[in-house]
Amino acid sequence: MPQEQTAQALESEELVPAAEPHAAHDSKKVETQADLSAEIKGIGDRYAEALKNGKGPETMPRLDYSPYRSSILRHPTKSLHHADPETIELYSPAFGHQDVHALESDLTIQHNGEPQGERIIVAGRVLDGDGRPVAGQLVEIWQANASGRYIHKRDQHPAPLDPNFTGVGRCITGDDGSYSFTTIKPGAYPWKNHLNAWRPAHIHFSMFGSEFTQRIVTQMYFPGDQLFPLDPIYQSIVDQDARDRLVAQYDHELTSPEWALGYKWDIILTGSKRTWTENEAYGDAGDEE
Amino acid sequence: MSKLAPTPGQTVGPFYGYALPFNKDNELLAPGSPGSIRLQGTVYDGAGNTIPDAILEIWQPDSEGNIVQRTGSLVRDGYTFTGWGRGSVGNSGVYTFTTVNPGPTAPGAAAFISVAVFARGLMNRLFTRVYLPENEEALANDPLLSSLDPERRKTLIARRDADGGLTWDIRLQGGDETVFLDFQQDGSLDNSVGNNAGNPVRENQA
Repeated sequence: MPQEQTAQALESEELVPAAEPHAAHDSKKVETQADLSAEIKGIGDRYAEALKNGKGPETMPRLDYSPYRSSILRHPTKSLHHADPETIELYSPAFGHQDVHALESDLTIQHNGEPQGERIIVAGRVLDGDGRPVAGQLVEIWQANASGRYIHKRDQHPAPLDPNFTGVGRCITGDDGSYSFTTIKPGAYPWKNHLNAWRPAHIHFSMFGSEFTQRIVTQMYFPGDQLFPLDPIYQSIVDQDARDRLVAQYDHELTSPEWALGYKWDIILTGSKRTWTENEAYGDAGDEE
Repeated sequence: MSKLAPTPGQTVGPFYGYALPFNKDNELLAPGSPGSIRLQGTVYDGAGNTIPDAILEIWQPDSEGNIVQRTGSLVRDGYTFTGWGRGSVGNSGVYTFTTVNPGPTAPGAAAFISVAVFARGLMNRLFTRVYLPENEEALANDPLLSSLDPERRKTLIARRDADGGLTWDIRLQGGDETVFLDFQQDGSLDNSVGNNAGNPVRENQA
């Protein structure tokens, strides 16, 4: 079983080449954290000034955020075009228990043995912008293992792989929009955006809303990480309140005695445009079983 | 308008390849089955280089224009058309889907497929549409297309291949940059594009 899963992982990763190649914009100069931190601070200072001058707070990452070097050639330079969502965009694909097995939400039982590291529970709710639960929808996660290593051939970080941890999970939200995963606390890992670049520990999350326009892929972080101020990806969200929305909270009520620490994280999707019926808003979307 | 502030997106990163792809993810129906077509294209960056680490999702009505609400996209039974698929680009930046031509969702409406784009280095997902090229009258009357100048409009219309398939490339940046969409209409996403360095073109500024 473990071999099978690993083989499958290796096959699919052929789709993805080099992890984070060194920044291409000036290959001669070795960029340090100090260089990057100065850039990050400059952008942050200009944002603080704009806020002071009455500009509204930003809620999303900047697509144009040059401290993340790989974004330089990968962000649109033309303004996003305002459009009213139409027909298909006002609906989301339907997922159900045909698609996802209940055990897929426990990342610690996918192999013969227990994975290394600190066992945790990550749970919360998926809500739309009006606070309505998003029921019966797909949540997918992926993450590094406890030592900060992804099960991915192109991850060159010389930290140990864990034969008992793949780091992929899925679940379908409950009627109240709730989700819950049991996993291992991921480690920080180095990447090559600049010299001595380290990503804060995070879990990748992928969520669907009730409308395709609410589709989101993001990253959940852990409270108090010392790497936050140094990380160009986290800092691409220039507003502190908005950044805080990606940080889970330790929740002792969620902590399972003698078993696992609990972290709570709710996800708020962008507001919905469709006119809702009461049935749709409370629960029977998605699963036909 | 929304009462709660939305959770910010983040880049899909480089390591989604062992997590997001799944068996037959890009086959909305079996290749070769009646009515199936190939939708394919290449994803480019601002230097015109192909992007080898992007992943796309499509979401569309069936060939009759019905919006399908059927489960089974992740575990396909080979018969049910669910309307949703996911496709990673290969090392050459090329994606492919096997699907059907979407039908118009209302009489006379232009038929299109909704697309979400994710990539390493792309800080948040992008939404766009790919339209079928044939019905010129419908395309001319389409609310989105008619709000675009002709050069930009072209980026959303697929080319019909000799074998009946569709080819549609995505350019994240540059002169022929694909039109990407902001559905929120509350200005919040205006902030997400380039208000630091670079002074981007802002074509929709009120």
